[in-house]
Amino acid sequence: MTEILVSALLLMGAALMLLAAIGIIRLPDLPTRMHATTKSGALGTALIMIAVAFYFAEVAVVTRALAIIAFIILTAPVAAHVIGRAGYFVGVPLWEGTIKDDLKTSYDPETHYLRSGFEEDAPKKPAASKKTVKAKAKPKR
Amino acid sequence: MSAYVINLVYLMLSAALLLGFIRLAKGPSLPDRVVALELVASIVAGIVGVHAIDTGVASFLDVAIVLALTAFLAAIGFARFLERGGPRDD
Repeated sequence: MTEILVSALLLMGAALMLLAAIGIIRLPDLPTRMHATTKSGALGTALIMIAVAFYFAEVAVVTRALAIIAFIILTAPVAAHVIGRAGYFVGVPLWEGTIKDDLKTSYDPETHYLRSGFEEDAPKKPAASKKTVKAKAKPKR
Repeated sequence: MSAYVINLVYLMLSAALLLGFIRLAKGPSLPDRVVALELVASIVAGIVGVHAIDTGVASFLDVAIVLALTAFLAAIGFARFLERGGPRDD
């Protein structure tokens, strides 16, 4: 019984990892690749660790497996956020089929200034945004 | 543990590792490589878990803990390096 459960968990985890790897090799740009790897990679590791916990079924091993799962689930989104932010700011080109880029209107790639849209200095905002649009059109990311 | 399942899982994880390494080698920009590196680290953590089941030695899980920790720190370090605009040659 345990063997069937552990086998199923291992196979599901490995399938998710393989899916993440296929995604990173097939998808066209940085955010879509991160979309593939962060979620299914973390979930695949978590499933394999659950399989380890069920296989050994000792307190020490289960605790360590749960610690690994908690650590991965806590850190994977943080790392993905930080890398995605750095990638966008560095100017990694997006896929040409991208239809929505919310940061494009509020981030200036020349001054590296990111506006929130809630600034106090209202009269300055339209000018800044016009300049941002002009600057955006030139480098053609 | 049935050897068939273990070998199949090893095969799938190795294929995933190979695909991750291909992206790591050819990834057009440095952030792509960092993402591939993170995926490789999490695949290796999975392989360590499977190997712990295969051999029956639970101590291998400590390796997975350390691996997950260093992979996270490496990702944060690379991201800060990128945002600060360090010298890079993609």
